[in-house]
Amino acid sequence: MKCRLEFQNVTKSFAGVTACKNISFIVEDGEFFSLLGSSGCGKTTLLRLVAGFERPDEGRILLNGEDITDLPPNKRSINTVFQNYALFPHLTVYENIAFGLRIAKKPPSFIGQEVNKMLALIQMEEHAFKKPHQISGGQKQRVAIARALINRPKLLLLDEPLSALDLKLRQKMLLEIDLIHDEVGIMFLFVTHDQSEAMAVSDRIAVMHEGIIEQIGTPMQLYEAPQSSFVAAFIGDTNFLDGVVTERIGKEYSLAKIDGLSQKVQCYNDKNLKSSDLLHLSVRPEKIHITRTEPEPHPQINVLQGKVDDVVYKGDHTKYWVAVDDYRFAILKPNSRYILDGIPITWEENVYIWWHSDDGYMMERYSAKDEGLTELPSTHVGEIDSIEGIGEEHVE
Amino acid sequence: MWSKRSEWLITSSPFFWLLLFFLIPTLIVIAFSFKPSELYGGIGSGWTLETIGKIFTRSTARLLFRSTWIAISVTALCLFLSLPVGYYIGSLRGWRKHFMLLLIIIPFWSSFIIRIFAWKQLLHPEGFFHKILVNLNLIQPDATLLYTTSTVILVMVYSYLPFAILPIYASASKFDHHLLEAAYDLGMGKLKAFFMIFIPSIKNGIYSATLLVLIPAIGAYVIPDMVGGTHSMMIGNKIAEATFIERNIPFASALSTLMMSVVLLPLLLAAILQNRQDKAHAIKGGH
Repeated sequence: MKCRLEFQNVTKSFAGVTACKNISFIVEDGEFFSLLGSSGCGKTTLLRLVAGFERPDEGRILLNGEDITDLPPNKRSINTVFQNYALFPHLTVYENIAFGLRIAKKPPSFIGQEVNKMLALIQMEEHAFKKPHQISGGQKQRVAIARALINRPKLLLLDEPLSALDLKLRQKMLLEIDLIHDEVGIMFLFVTHDQSEAMAVSDRIAVMHEGIIEQIGTPMQLYEAPQSSFVAAFIGDTNFLDGVVTERIGKEYSLAKIDGLSQKVQCYNDKNLKSSDLLHLSVRPEKIHITRTEPEPHPQINVLQGKVDDVVYKGDHTKYWVAVDDYRFAILKPNSRYILDGIPITWEENVYIWWHSDDGYMMERYSAKDEGLTELPSTHVGEIDSIEGIGEEHVE
Repeated sequence: MWSKRSEWLITSSPFFWLLLFFLIPTLIVIAFSFKPSELYGGIGSGWTLETIGKIFTRSTARLLFRSTWIAISVTALCLFLSLPVGYYIGSLRGWRKHFMLLLIIIPFWSSFIIRIFAWKQLLHPEGFFHKILVNLNLIQPDATLLYTTSTVILVMVYSYLPFAILPIYASASKFDHHLLEAAYDLGMGKLKAFFMIFIPSIKNGIYSATLLVLIPAIGAYVIPDMVGGTHSMMIGNKIAEATFIERNIPFASALSTLMMSVVLLPLLLAAILQNRQDKAHAIKGGH
């Protein structure tokens, strides 16, 4: 049977502060759907609305066509994996997992069978009779997932489930969550502030910012075709080129005068902009090539000349900042060859940078303050403080 | 080495204080129980079991029984009232929490005796409560609100309530409220979750609250003396009577020793059981 979660114009505010505004979207059957955004963007509020811990001021929430807006949490076939696991400290691993079935007054033999199945799924058979304080963070995480899944919910909510784990374990658990999703096949609604987590496991992602959904799409759509400057800067890194369209080239391309650059730039014009329209391009750093020699001329390749401002070696790639006229490009060069074979490009070198016109993507919505989200080296001490709203952990 | 010495320095002053003003006097009281009394109020020479023997009477037993059940009722009522209050204050944040705690603590700013006296005024036949209850036709005009066992329990609950609320609040404020959400999420009702999840999680606070109310309640003396009648006399009053009126210090000491054993023996037993359980747990769990 098809099952889906539907938000219809949901609005919720706390003490006059709007947490989410007129939110509508649909999560399809079996989908791994992520709500992604920095702290205070409203993603956790949406999750709490689905779980039933909060009630919306306006709008409805439908599960499988049934209006669940007014149902209390214990009457919804939805279960939650909490940020800090929220395992019951006075119960063993076994009792924690059995909790939901015991509340539902299932027969003991059935409970035993189901709990053992869950313990096998999360590979925790040997820890069944330990208390939560006796197991590791990753194990607690798995128990929390098993405890939520045993009721066979139609939808599993995951509230920043990995934020309490260290980096290596986080990557491992992420893959495990993905495997469990494949195994059980129900809808997962995953809330995270970490774009790489969301990108790695989601079928689709809703990027949230200041209480609204900026864009919903597959990880690839969000990365390659960001509709707003926020999405472009929040997911991955990018170069914002702002300017004016000067002329159309054929049906699909146009030439633009970019602020800070003397040379005009060619770009793919899928938004059908006309001459003298304002234009905001996003060019991803890894799409720009950097070489000492001039590339072969090609009608659709933009070639600019500049000087290396800054170099950051990051192992698998090196990040360059190249000054061209008054503009500074961020460029990412993968270190696929053993770097000491050749002499790497370094500070103060004159270089050619070039990218294909198709790699400059036109955004529909642009806000200058999103420039602060892109990764640029500080030019003076204290500059970091002026960049707001990103990476801060939400602490209650 | 330095840390050992500083640790000793820090511990020694309260240790000697307790030794000098708590342990030694207690031992003296226990020792006096084995002394004969003199007719004019002094302590006789030599040792005897006669004084101890004198306390095992029907009237002492009745007194001890009454003290114990009054103390247990007071403790139960205090816990009953302080659990929701502690839960509520524990879930507050910022100034609201501090304000509520202030409200709990404010009564301590006025003298204990004055507060008990205020109750006497309120419950007096011409007092506020009496008049209101008569006007509401809830009691007869000749009903007495003062000098009954219920009065004693009421005023004791009033006096000891903060001692129950504060430790329960302290535990409740450390309680992770996501646990209740997790319980609702897994299908449990709100009231059931309060008893099955919240109460077990704050059991240490409940233990402290029980001790802080039960122990002073058994030995209560001022409250039954001021608002209680002859039928609500407690063992504390008997000890005071033996000391001040009969001037029989050994008998008063023997009663005190009896009262202490009634309070301490169950506690000692509980501590031993807990210790044994912890050890068993440590062997099994490895933590």
